[in-house]
Amino acid sequence: MIPAPFAYARPTTVDEALQAIADGGEDVKVLAGGQSLIPVMRLRLAAPETVVDLGKVEGLRGVRDDGDAIVIGAMTTHSDVLADPLIAEHAPLIAEATGTVADRQVRHRGTFGGALVHADPAGDLPAVALALDAEFVIVGPGGRRTVPASEFFLDYLTTAVGEGELLVEVRVPKLAGSWGMHYEKFNRVAQAWSIVAVAAVVRRENGRITEARVGLTNMGPTPLRARQVEEALAGAEATAEAVAAASERAADGTEPSSDLNAQADYRQHLARVLTRRAVSTAAGL
Amino acid sequence: MTAVEERTGTPGPDKEIGKARRRKEDARLITGRTTWTDNMVLPGMLHLAVVRSPVAHARITNVDVTAAREAPGVVAVFTGRDLADEQGSLPCAWPVTPDMVNPGHPSIAVDQVNHVGEAVAVIVARSKAAAQDAVELADIDYEPLPVVLDMEQAVAEGADLVHDHLESNTSYHFVFDAGETGTGGDTEQAFSGADVVVSRRFVQQRLIPAFMEPRSAVVQPQGDNYTLWSSTQIPHILRVMAAMVTGIPEHKLRVIAPDVGGGFGGKLQVNPEEILCLLIARRLGKPVKWTETRSESLMTAHHGRDQIQYVDVAADREGNILGLRVRLLADMGAYLRLITPGVPALGAFMYPGIYKFPAYRFECDGVFTNKVPTDAYRGAGRPEATFAIERIMDELAVELGMDPLELRRKNWIDAAEFPFTTVAGLAYDSGDYETATQQALELLGYDELREEQRRRRESNDPVQLGIGISTFTEMCGLAPSRVLGSLAFGAGGWESASIRMLPTGKVEVVTGSTPHGQGHETAWSQLVADSLGVPFEDVEVLHGDTAISSRGLDTYGSRSLVVGGSAVVKAADKVIAKARRIAAHLLEASEDDLEFSGGKFSVRGTPGTGLGIQEIALAIFAAHDYPEGIEPSIDAEATFDPENFSFPHGTHLCAMEVDTETGFVKIRKYASVDDVGTIVNPLIVEGQVHGGLAQGIAQALYEEAIYDDDGNLTTGTFVDYLVPAASDLPHFDTGNTVHAAPGNPIGAKGVGEAGCIASTPAVVNAALDAVRHLGVQDIRMPLTPERVWRAIHQGGDGGDRAPARSNAQAVDSSDAPSTSGGAL
Repeated sequence: MIPAPFAYARPTTVDEALQAIADGGEDVKVLAGGQSLIPVMRLRLAAPETVVDLGKVEGLRGVRDDGDAIVIGAMTTHSDVLADPLIAEHAPLIAEATGTVADRQVRHRGTFGGALVHADPAGDLPAVALALDAEFVIVGPGGRRTVPASEFFLDYLTTAVGEGELLVEVRVPKLAGSWGMHYEKFNRVAQAWSIVAVAAVVRRENGRITEARVGLTNMGPTPLRARQVEEALAGAEATAEAVAAASERAADGTEPSSDLNAQADYRQHLARVLTRRAVSTAAGL
Repeated sequence: MTAVEERTGTPGPDKEIGKARRRKEDARLITGRTTWTDNMVLPGMLHLAVVRSPVAHARITNVDVTAAREAPGVVAVFTGRDLADEQGSLPCAWPVTPDMVNPGHPSIAVDQVNHVGEAVAVIVARSKAAAQDAVELADIDYEPLPVVLDMEQAVAEGADLVHDHLESNTSYHFVFDAGETGTGGDTEQAFSGADVVVSRRFVQQRLIPAFMEPRSAVVQPQGDNYTLWSSTQIPHILRVMAAMVTGIPEHKLRVIAPDVGGGFGGKLQVNPEEILCLLIARRLGKPVKWTETRSESLMTAHHGRDQIQYVDVAADREGNILGLRVRLLADMGAYLRLITPGVPALGAFMYPGIYKFPAYRFECDGVFTNKVPTDAYRGAGRPEATFAIERIMDELAVELGMDPLELRRKNWIDAAEFPFTTVAGLAYDSGDYETATQQALELLGYDELREEQRRRRESNDPVQLGIGISTFTEMCGLAPSRVLGSLAFGAGGWESASIRMLPTGKVEVVTGSTPHGQGHETAWSQLVADSLGVPFEDVEVLHGDTAISSRGLDTYGSRSLVVGGSAVVKAADKVIAKARRIAAHLLEASEDDLEFSGGKFSVRGTPGTGLGIQEIALAIFAAHDYPEGIEPSIDAEATFDPENFSFPHGTHLCAMEVDTETGFVKIRKYASVDDVGTIVNPLIVEGQVHGGLAQGIAQALYEEAIYDDDGNLTTGTFVDYLVPAASDLPHFDTGNTVHAAPGNPIGAKGVGEAGCIASTPAVVNAALDAVRHLGVQDIRMPLTPERVWRAIHQGGDGGDRAPARSNAQAVDSSDAPSTSGGAL
């Protein structure tokens, strides 16, 4: 299909990008990898006045070591994430989840930051960022600010990135101690979006789970932390029974949608089963 | 994939037939460096975009296209009213009963729309983008009418009507009764005396052919002549039909199907847009092009399947089958397209499958609904029949407490009984069901898997294992013209070919079977290389242009090799016969003393003499020296009309893992042994089997066209209409038995649809076999994890799916908050 007419800006620096957004008129869309934006524009579900393409902006790509955290540039592509040694060392959960995103073609174009800012509830990376307590670095006309993951995802397709702002990088804290991670994705075919998925990050010491963080994909309009599961797991024995009991609470308080792939009650059931599987794997059970 | 070498059959190394040649057309098809219709660019060409109805059923009360007409780049806008007097009705070529009701099918709606996506106006502009931009400016008012979607409700007393000038939503009532026809006993009697009767209701969901290349048409008017390029399976049929619809005389209309990227029956159609292109090109005197978007394709190209099947089987306690009764509701959609009504009727003859039923009755109602019409889709009638019989045989086995394979064995036609005339009156040509089954059991590792299944059941493993069986046959090689006549089909089933011997000895083969990706160019070259004894590389195959290949009936119903290939072989025989006279003259010998082998005529008993057929081609081109009383040509033409269908058969076995906690099903192993008769190219056969399996498995597990309560297609993109990729499918263990078809000179039976027809019931039977002990009796297709989970934990068949799109890709923009920043 053919998108409606739009103006196009291709800045080369973050400052130029912010200016282009400011100058772009009423409805500006920022193009990162374009794997979601271009389809909705072609379907004419979105008809922005201006598209600001970040493809030529230097400095937004790549991963660097920043002491107690690794920092992932917003324009780092999924395939670059998959090949990155720092991510493999400090946040393998990101690589694992990224490997399940769509197909190879999409992963070559799609970006880490774009997927997070798009905040599709069925997207895989938001729940992962939530489980890793990532921090989002946002710049705008008012300067630079950092938002924790827990305050980043506000509503359906809506994040803390405000009008005229840009996400530039994501800080992922390095974890100290003995941590295990797993992303358990449930979908019907390999390239499809998650029906439900669970990101689990578990610290295990002396046969006990000392800390667990569980992120849920597609269990509501935003990614969620399964706080009740986390509380039940904290200090629990690292046994299949304890994990199963805690996982029974994975869907508590959730209000997932009903669609072609799953009605709400089935999604809630899946959340419990997948949480058990994700935590068990992360805990090495 | 079984190694190809194992199955190349007996021909020696010098024979082309049996050789696993890579397809010579693939390089250009795969790289796209060829003439797809949308690649056509003509001087002054205008572009069409279609304004489509957003409502399923409504009267059109006002059409205002003023703003669209004034939009930049727009040359003209046509409404239904503008074209009403000249558009006629799209043809339906298969009136399956004398009193079938056909409401007529306008290419563009005039007063009323009957399905979402129906054309209501056409924008003509200087660029595709300008045409698309102006679509949004067309302002059309609709007065809603009640929407008819559910077939069972549509045929109930007092139902709302799709076409209010008709008496009901039923187009036709088609009956085949073996007792009345004299091919079987009385069905009611068979059932009344039976020990066991099993009755089931199966749902064949609506499917979308989802060919790779979207539909496209280009029309060039030149004086009073018109050339129509179209991404079609049927250029020859399209030419006749388009001439009749538009009034353009047939000899003034040339139709070209250039390279075509798939069809699966979905391009066996006379499309509204093809007619609109002709009408508009005639009005404007300018070349026009229309190419659909993927969304238009899913919404408006014809769909397939969509039947509700009520199946009863009668048997005695020992498992001897006594009778079969089938009643169908078949969803026609809003209109009858080319063979819409005939699809279920063609299936009527296949419900008895490979079994010796003494009695059989089939009834089908064609039902109108406010959806896009259904029509041919890979297998067309036969997958539905095969599914019903192979599913009900499993149900009967359960009822009798018998092994499902044992029940089949007890009732199938034995190898020694061929040719066998079935209760449906078909004469099955050849085969051996036992041998194919034995081979498939070995390929699958049946005994080990049964043992594993037992272990998993005993240990109450969350992942259960099942094995599904489908012992199928089908009728293809469509078709004997006289039989088609008896079924009121609007055309014959013959095929035509001609062979032109060029002066340099190269060979042009002109075929009436127009390929759309099957590899005709390679296979026909192999046939001709063997027949004429010329190198494979010296053969070129021409097709798809009615000015070059003037006679033909195109490609569908696994007919191309069986019927079209046979015409090629017959034409080659004629070339040899004509060349023989020339050779005798030039070699100064009697024709009777000549033998022809390896492309050479030689005089028996005179070593060293000889004249190649390629040399004769040059000699007859020069025509300096040839016998008196004959024409100076060895070119030949042949038409082949089969006397019977051919009947591929096989045994497909599927081992399925079912995760009872999530409902996720995963094919553990798939083995198939197909008998498609003589194999000309094992690689092409393998490819057809793989593709067919993918599509048959997709019906069982993935694909379903879903409409919401208002008649909107919910599965309007590939995000929600789930077509599996190679990564979602298992390794296939395939094999063949070969029983040559006696009805054609090649011995081929047809392979285009076998995998698609056979696999669906094997997959569903496997899933049910895995969870039957948990109380599950049926799961509706496709077996989504949710349906499987519900069937296991809540009973029933898994129920309806929530008709909402599945994620943000497809949300209405009004739902999405406007974010001016951020990144997508």
